[in-house]
Amino acid sequence: MLKISKYVLYDIARNKVAIAYTLFLLVISLSFFQMEANSGKAVLSLLNVVLIVVPLISLVFSTIHWYNSYEFIELMLTQPISRKKVLLSEFSGIASSLVTAFLIGVGLPVLIYNPDNIGLALIIVGTLLTLSFTSIAFLASVKSKDKSRGIGIALLLWFYFALIYDGLVLMILFSFSDYPMEKITLLLSSLNPIDLGRIYLMLQMDISALMGYTGATYKEFFGSNVGLFYTIGIMFIWIIVPIMLAVRSFNKKDL
Amino acid sequence: MRGYLLIFLMFTTFLASANTIVVDKHGLVNTLKQGIKMAKPGDTVLLKKGLYKEGNIIINKSIHLVGIDEPILDGEYEHEILTISGKGIFISGIQFQNSGSSSMNDFASIHAVDASHFVIENNTIINSFFGIHIANAHTGIIRNNTIKGNPKNEQNTGNGIHLWQCTNMVIRDNHVEGHRDGIYFEFVTHSSIKNNFSTHNIRYGLHFMFSNNDAYIGNIFRNNGAGVAVMYSQKVIMVKNHFDQNWGSNAYGILLKDISDGQVIGNIFHQNTVGIFLDGTNRMEVHKNTFTANGWSMKVQANCDENTFHHNNFMNNTFDIATNGTRMQNEFYNNYWDKYEGYDMDKDGIGDVAYHPVSLYSMIIEQNPNSLMLMRSFMVTLLDKAEKAIPSLIPENFADQSPRMKALKL
Repeated sequence: MLKISKYVLYDIARNKVAIAYTLFLLVISLSFFQMEANSGKAVLSLLNVVLIVVPLISLVFSTIHWYNSYEFIELMLTQPISRKKVLLSEFSGIASSLVTAFLIGVGLPVLIYNPDNIGLALIIVGTLLTLSFTSIAFLASVKSKDKSRGIGIALLLWFYFALIYDGLVLMILFSFSDYPMEKITLLLSSLNPIDLGRIYLMLQMDISALMGYTGATYKEFFGSNVGLFYTIGIMFIWIIVPIMLAVRSFNKKDL
Repeated sequence: MRGYLLIFLMFTTFLASANTIVVDKHGLVNTLKQGIKMAKPGDTVLLKKGLYKEGNIIINKSIHLVGIDEPILDGEYEHEILTISGKGIFISGIQFQNSGSSSMNDFASIHAVDASHFVIENNTIINSFFGIHIANAHTGIIRNNTIKGNPKNEQNTGNGIHLWQCTNMVIRDNHVEGHRDGIYFEFVTHSSIKNNFSTHNIRYGLHFMFSNNDAYIGNIFRNNGAGVAVMYSQKVIMVKNHFDQNWGSNAYGILLKDISDGQVIGNIFHQNTVGIFLDGTNRMEVHKNTFTANGWSMKVQANCDENTFHHNNFMNNTFDIATNGTRMQNEFYNNYWDKYEGYDMDKDGIGDVAYHPVSLYSMIIEQNPNSLMLMRSFMVTLLDKAEKAIPSLIPENFADQSPRMKALKL
């Protein structure tokens, strides 16, 4: 399994997209930290990058890579290796390269310029988002046969998670504003990894504002470590479940 | 010269006439009550180290009561410990503990009624209902006392330092912890509160009601249930105080309710849910304050008029300002806002376009608190940008016309 991952990594290193992504993140992070006098504000700008750009690149890159190395995967499957192993090693290869790119591009500058708990939270959230969106991309690509459709679905998924979902939540909150919506809101935010990542960061950054809320559920959620464990826990579910579904679907798939 | 000499002589004879009575558990005078009974006006009663359980002790003549090595007066959870009334009383260096508590009487460790020209200093008060309770008094000093309560809820604890109907009082360098309100003022005028530290009180760190012409300077209010409240008062001056970590659904750095003609200068608001909450507040001047890492720097209700906010720094706050209506008759100028995105073509340090400190999203949250969960999402950023381009919901004239490009050095 490790051997296949190693080949995947070689392949990614050769095609230079991952390197371009690393450099892009590095340039953005460094310029934010250089431009803003206040490193806290730079982290805020980086937050948008992490919540928007990282999921997009993870989705699109994984999908394209999957289709491009489809022949390699087919070749591997002629060998006495289980499909599960091939898929998981492909996943770990791509995910580790994307995580490395993120850690160098964003993690390093953050650790240099703003090494507090907010910076750390940003790195954790970015890493978890990379993993979960790679996992989602695998599910999408395994499910759809041809490349253009796969990429289309990846883009739609990104659009849904990054923008449409929040609009829907806002709509729901306003149309049901006469009802107690506390727990529902917490539940709704668990249904989107980007929202979860955002909440995790909010728990570090905006605790003063979050404590202004009257509801007991919120108090409990925000006031203690419950919120942190909850968001991290659900994030892991968002990483494990899609890739497991992808494995199941890949095992049955007629190649 | 002769006159001075005469005064000097009179003074020394006065001193000579004052006696010192020593109260000691193992001495001739072994109860404080006896000691006080023996003392004549002008005398000093020295209380030696020991535990004294004498119920309610009353001082109604001008004597000095000085503790040596922190003697302890215990109220056995039943009595008010010390009641003073009269002129020229001095209390120092005593530890008071376990005063009675009651919902009928305001039991306190030190209760001054109808007193004047008194000093209460260097005392430690623990486990009291009220710590120091002053009623109908004038010209007194309360300093260097440490007051610590052990409250269960708002109903069964009193205030740390409670003043009612007083004038010319000085409260300074006290440490008040774990009471209902740290320091409470009602009908108190021409008084000052300086360099006190008020923390972990259940309700307010400092509470003003109907108290005019007072000043509070250089105090630290940290982690109180609801911060500081100044209500129904005029001409209150608040200078160089720290308001930290007042977190909660109704917690404010300062709550200004029906206040007018006061000044808020040079204070630091850090990590409060709301830095300043203004409700029915008129003609206040808020300047040279620093607001950092608050949920909301200020909430200015629509019923506030003619307040001016200038030369303040607003940095790293989740929201700068929120309001509950479209009417706005206050003035903002020359503040520094870290969220300002304008430019400065003529390089005079003042931005060329106005800054609108109220964002659309903060208006949305006012209407629908649950939408807080969408804070910092791409959706919300888009909404805010759209509103900035075509303003329709936020109050049009709620703006700083001359925002600064760089933070002020305060």
